[in-house]
Amino acid sequence: MSESVADAAANPDREQPFRELGLKDDEYLRIREILGRRPTSSELAMYSVMWSEHCSYKSSKVHLRQFARTSAEGPAAASLLVGIGENAGVVDIGQGWAVTFKVESHNHPSYVEPYQGAATGVGGIVRDIISMGARPVAVMDPLRFGAPDHPDTRRVLPGVVAGIGGYGNCLGLPNIGGEVVFDPCYQGNPLVNALALGVLRHDGIHLASARGVGNLVVLYGAKTGGDGIGGASILASETFDDAHPTKRPAVQVGDPFMEKLLIECTLEVLHAGLVEGIQDLGAAGISCATSELASNGEGGMHVRLDAVPLRDATLTPEEILMSESQERMAAVVTPDKIDAFLAICAKWEVTADVIGEVTDTGRLVIEWHGEVIVDVPPRTVAHEGPVYERPYARPSWQDALQADDPSRLDRPESADDLRKTLLRMVSAPNLASKSWVTDQYDRYVLGNTVLAQPEDAGVVRVDDESGLGVALATDGNGRYTRLDPFAGAQLALSEAYRNVAVSGARPLAVTDCLNFGSPEDPDVMWQFVEACRGLTEACLTLQLPVTGGNVSFYNQTNSQTGSTPINPTPVVGVLGVIEDVHRRVPMGFASADEVVVLLGTTRDELGGSEWAHEVHGHLGGRPPAVDLAAEVALGRLMADAAAEGLVSAAHDVSDGGLAQTLVEMVLRHGIGASVSVADVAAEPFVALWSESVARAVVSVPAGRVATLETRASSYGVPCLRLGSTGGESLAVEGVLEVAIDELREAHTRTLPALFA
Amino acid sequence: MARVVVDVMLKPEILDPQGKAVAAALPRLGFDGIAAVRQGKRFELDVEGEVTEERLAQIRGAAETLLSNPVIEDFTVRVEPA
Amino acid sequence: MPSRIGVVTFPGSLDDADARRAVGLAGAEPVALWHADADLHGVDAVVLPGGFSYGDYLRCGAIARFAPVMTPLVAAAKDGLPVLGICNGFQVLCESHLLPGALVRNDHRKFACVDQTLVIESTDTAWTSGYTTGQQIVVPLKNGEGGFVADDRTLDALEAEGRVVARYVGDNPNGSYRGIAGVANAAGNVVGLMPHPEHAVELLTGPTTDGLTFFTSVLNGLVGV
Repeated sequence: MSESVADAAANPDREQPFRELGLKDDEYLRIREILGRRPTSSELAMYSVMWSEHCSYKSSKVHLRQFARTSAEGPAAASLLVGIGENAGVVDIGQGWAVTFKVESHNHPSYVEPYQGAATGVGGIVRDIISMGARPVAVMDPLRFGAPDHPDTRRVLPGVVAGIGGYGNCLGLPNIGGEVVFDPCYQGNPLVNALALGVLRHDGIHLASARGVGNLVVLYGAKTGGDGIGGASILASETFDDAHPTKRPAVQVGDPFMEKLLIECTLEVLHAGLVEGIQDLGAAGISCATSELASNGEGGMHVRLDAVPLRDATLTPEEILMSESQERMAAVVTPDKIDAFLAICAKWEVTADVIGEVTDTGRLVIEWHGEVIVDVPPRTVAHEGPVYERPYARPSWQDALQADDPSRLDRPESADDLRKTLLRMVSAPNLASKSWVTDQYDRYVLGNTVLAQPEDAGVVRVDDESGLGVALATDGNGRYTRLDPFAGAQLALSEAYRNVAVSGARPLAVTDCLNFGSPEDPDVMWQFVEACRGLTEACLTLQLPVTGGNVSFYNQTNSQTGSTPINPTPVVGVLGVIEDVHRRVPMGFASADEVVVLLGTTRDELGGSEWAHEVHGHLGGRPPAVDLAAEVALGRLMADAAAEGLVSAAHDVSDGGLAQTLVEMVLRHGIGASVSVADVAAEPFVALWSESVARAVVSVPAGRVATLETRASSYGVPCLRLGSTGGESLAVEGVLEVAIDELREAHTRTLPALFA
Repeated sequence: MARVVVDVMLKPEILDPQGKAVAAALPRLGFDGIAAVRQGKRFELDVEGEVTEERLAQIRGAAETLLSNPVIEDFTVRVEPA
Repeated sequence: MPSRIGVVTFPGSLDDADARRAVGLAGAEPVALWHADADLHGVDAVVLPGGFSYGDYLRCGAIARFAPVMTPLVAAAKDGLPVLGICNGFQVLCESHLLPGALVRNDHRKFACVDQTLVIESTDTAWTSGYTTGQQIVVPLKNGEGGFVADDRTLDALEAEGRVVARYVGDNPNGSYRGIAGVANAAGNVVGLMPHPEHAVELLTGPTTDGLTFFTSVLNGLVGV
């Protein structure tokens, strides 16, 4: 029998394994204070998972608050229908349409079990989207792995990719972009971030709250099993004799077919107006869903935990509360609509059970076979957890790192060395073609994918009639952020903004996934504080609201010399709107005899560059200078250029510099180009591999060049004719020439050679 | 409760890429001397009451219509000793 | 009155909305058919769309085959109703024995999504009459279990009877025997195809518009009747 509230009151001094569950001494004392007694084992289970870093954001909360400033006023506030703090923010894109999008991490599970970890990452973020009342329409996966030739990367990467594909493809969601980045700092701690995008009408928004006393709480979807509850076994062994199976898997297993049914079923019950409040079950499962729903609504809830349908009849109440079984949702339904609700669940063959009702007692009361095992104020579980002001300080090594400028590195000068560098760079794992990965993802399903990887941004059509659509890009650069966390976060935003703008869309909103090391390390905490500040300032300048996101701490790699934090890696997703997707601008040269134009200014900026990393294994100096005003100007120019049809192709310049941009534009459709870089920079090397921001290459029909130049000059965007498209090679006048076939071979061979 | 086991295997002439992959991996891990691997499926059917001939015939029918695809797969049915 | 083409939705169907859009672009009225409804609602032709019906658990298409809608569908197909099975729909048709052979896991064991060149080898079917024999088309191919297999006698018969509808051009993308991408029944009204013509009907979203002819072919046949 599980421990009841009466038992806890009767045995006030019993020792409890709170430390094993990750609670600090003072946190445990606070729980006792809140309850006026010691917690029951079930209450302890709930508080321990809900007050974890992952669920409570206790180390990041004080710094994340500043993101609210980005949507406080102006156009950013006006476009936001639902702000930060809900499952996902909702952004107005016009014509009565809204979109919701969010990026989340699933880093640690993906290291333990790459396939299921990555698969359930997709599943979790998609449920966040459906719980807002939106139909999911696309996913993206920014991924980071250790050294490409490390044996463990060979285990992790194929598993992660197969898991993302296996789940997303089976759900019927096109995968339209993302990133694949390698760096030894992610060895043993890959970053598997997942982004989902959903579409809804303005009047279709739903929130996670339990309103209306007497309304019923329904749990529907998959049955509850022992997934991801390694921690709860400590409690089980406390309350049960030794015969109880205490070994539970820490890995959650996904069932994408169930999730597909859950999507259709959820959208149908929402559309039919049968739901008062809705919440997905993710981390902390029923603990989280019941306490958040109650806390956001009338303030009370009565739950009969024994009504939860189980996949494994041996689960204890503590385990049921903590289980992270996938593909489950909770809804609040009025009694008169419950039959209709259950009928729709039955139509989709989805299990649904009433497990409780909304009360106004201000208490979350959970019963197990007639005994009260939980009786807590739900706000203290869901929203009023501990908050820490972790100490932080600029690391002692930061100055030396910034002083180690890449100007000391040998640069290629001769024609032969420049040519060799080009071929080396286009085949470098970080710059090589990612089609070995992305060909395992379905990009066509739903029939609305206008642009997908390797394009700068994914673009999907929202409205068949009007052509309204959205563009999405994610970017992040851990090397830049290590060199300067404030600038690095801004550069991630700057690049994602540029990718969206270059594809012809108007940037509108931001989501972020902040991947950092341990917050208990003052160096890491300083990186985090700087990055949050940088991102907030940049969002204010660009007038983009942060609509939501996720923080992942404790990304550390372990070696004999101890535990090392990853390069701080804020991944930023930018969403843009495009009034008519027919006006989108793809990245590849589409026809010969067009004029190739470079927009923006190139400086000698190679700190943290792909070249320094690939050729010299060097990380030092300063990242490229942030220039948000130049990004805005470039964005406005590109919006005009797209609307007026001034350009037939556009591709941003970022990792790997102008050389990489030109190679990718040539290879997209096998149309060559002849250019001169003499006026780009004094040295051909700088012209080709500098990573200065706010730049793009465009392909312009000869008759439109003058108009483009006039527009560029009115926005103050430097505009330089480089040459023309056509031919069977990429030729840089007086510097190098490489045939398309040779470029393609170099660009495409790397990933299959590593992972096939 | 008695248990009936249905094993389903791809017919010998049908390519089994999963079995092939396993066969290729074994020597890499030092498991030598294995000439070939075929991967199949095992279904465990818990039957209420006694396993009569009639019940077995019924299960054979299920194996033929649902559990296996006779175009590419063969199956065997056996009663697992208690 | 425009012709009405039904598109069946099974639990786990994914490309059903795309198939309905393609039907509409071809000029017919798309009709959504539900797996649990044993009624074809008088449609003039049926598309079984792509996806992962029932999660592709057990075998692809193995459970969908027993859906209530399949009873009237199989009967009507035997009486000449044009039926096109795309990807998972092809798997359902094979499991239902409306088409010979079966589809197994790709020989490289990965899901693959690529723009695939096909050659149309038979134009004597309800769904390919608008193509010319030997015409090459490019449509998306996306599957994890797209390897077409059958015994040699069946394969020989399919070739002899001109029932190989389409074959892969270039490298075999999934290990299909003899590079077969699609087959027809003897009467030519039932066609199964692993690649996705419904994803090649608009230049905005597809690599080509080569796939549209599958849908216009069947329409022209219906109007001709």
